[in-house]
Amino acid sequence: MRSELDQDTRALGTAATPAPLLSLRNIEKGIRTTGGVTYVLRRITLDVAPGEFMTIMGPSGAGKSTLLAILGMLDADFTGEYHLRGHPVHALNHVQRRALAREHIGFVFQQYHLLDELTVAENLHVPLDYRGIGKSERAARVADVLDRFNMVGKKDLYPRQLSGGQQQLVGIARAVIGEPSLILADEPTGNLHSAQAREIMELFARLNAAGTTIIQVTHSEENARFGHRTINLKDGWMEP
Amino acid sequence: MTTSAAPSPAAVTDADSLISMRGIKKVFITDEVETHALTEVHLDVQQGEFVAISGPSGCGKTTLLSILGLLDATTDGEYRLAGEPVSDLSPAERARVRNRQIGFIFQAFNLIGDLTVYENVELPLTYRTGDAALDATERRRRVIDALERVGMSHRTNHYPAQLSGGQQQRVAVARAVAGEPAILLADEPTGNLDSQNGEAVMQLLQELHKGGATICMVTHDPRYAEYADRSVHLFDGRVVEDTTHDEKRRAARAGTTVQA
Repeated sequence: MRSELDQDTRALGTAATPAPLLSLRNIEKGIRTTGGVTYVLRRITLDVAPGEFMTIMGPSGAGKSTLLAILGMLDADFTGEYHLRGHPVHALNHVQRRALAREHIGFVFQQYHLLDELTVAENLHVPLDYRGIGKSERAARVADVLDRFNMVGKKDLYPRQLSGGQQQLVGIARAVIGEPSLILADEPTGNLHSAQAREIMELFARLNAAGTTIIQVTHSEENARFGHRTINLKDGWMEP
Repeated sequence: MTTSAAPSPAAVTDADSLISMRGIKKVFITDEVETHALTEVHLDVQQGEFVAISGPSGCGKTTLLSILGLLDATTDGEYRLAGEPVSDLSPAERARVRNRQIGFIFQAFNLIGDLTVYENVELPLTYRTGDAALDATERRRRVIDALERVGMSHRTNHYPAQLSGGQQQRVAVARAVAGEPAILLADEPTGNLDSQNGEAVMQLLQELHKGGATICMVTHDPRYAEYADRSVHLFDGRVVEDTTHDEKRRAARAGTTVQA
């Protein structure tokens, strides 16, 4: 099923370019107000190849987070075409979208989105619980990711017992535990001081080098330098 | 201002108190420096009370809330929750009591962005094990019921990013009440909201309170403390003032013009 779809998308491009992981065609999002329609995103056309590390920049209100929410299928109120690995996201219903997002995408949020009343290990269990993964496999993956992120000694601590940088480390561990092909990060270092921010960015670079595609939204030029390319949004338009 | 002194350690422990704290101390040790976050706290909260905890930053109010919520252990002192001594529990036992007895509402909402509204509310219920475990039907009933109570049952399949801040906090309140906890603990629940949404969340807490919920809320904003029927003021790790709503009202009437 997937290979057929992949072939379809390959046929559209030239033979030399690999099939994009995701492609956007004329994505628009408008919000109806009493005075008409206010556009948040205008005619966004974009391909992201597997293994890319892309940065979305732009002033506040430019539409960066909205674009990330659409990419992550957290927002389906848009026009235009969005394909992820050949799947037509724009034509899926919310159950199909959710299943597709959970198979392919991991999220990292500025505010970490950890649950303060769950331990580090329990927080890492959350995405697996919502992906229909068996109990022993869940435990194995949590143990594995704790090990990879050097957090075994912190597994029984609560988020507020950790520094911001450590909390974001847990946030990233939670994003990768579902083994996504794409990580979407919204201002992942926005609440961190510069040394912590650099550690987090170096971790993203390592995950990317190991094959994970990353798209980040950031205000920081320094963070953008960790990526391969940057797109700039302004008033909902992608700047050439 | 009418102010009652903090009860002395010798005060009679009220066996019926939902929360009873005696001589609670909390010392943090980092790099051989001792920080006394709570020097000596005595506090009783009765079933059905709505208590605002306030004080300047660094006074210990967040530490107190962490201890009340069994997220953190005490250094010394006795804490009883619903009659059960909880100061000497192991971390695992604390987690069990917390999950059943306490609902949390946080300043930053702490909703998980890639889970739907429904899943966010359901999440803490899925962590109940043993005789407290809930089957899928009961979980569903509680989630729907909680979302109806906060007026968000029409948004079950939405994601947090599709909601306003006020709506997100209402979902967070639903998550806290879905566990049918003995007490709700709110840490600056309006801190990330504009005043209109802040008022709406406070009115929601007040409705829950009228429906019988016991609530302890940390806030630095006196406007929101007004919604509670009792105000506890912390300073330097101690309760320095403990006033009921009626006393505050009388003081306000005596001291200021009542606004329409």
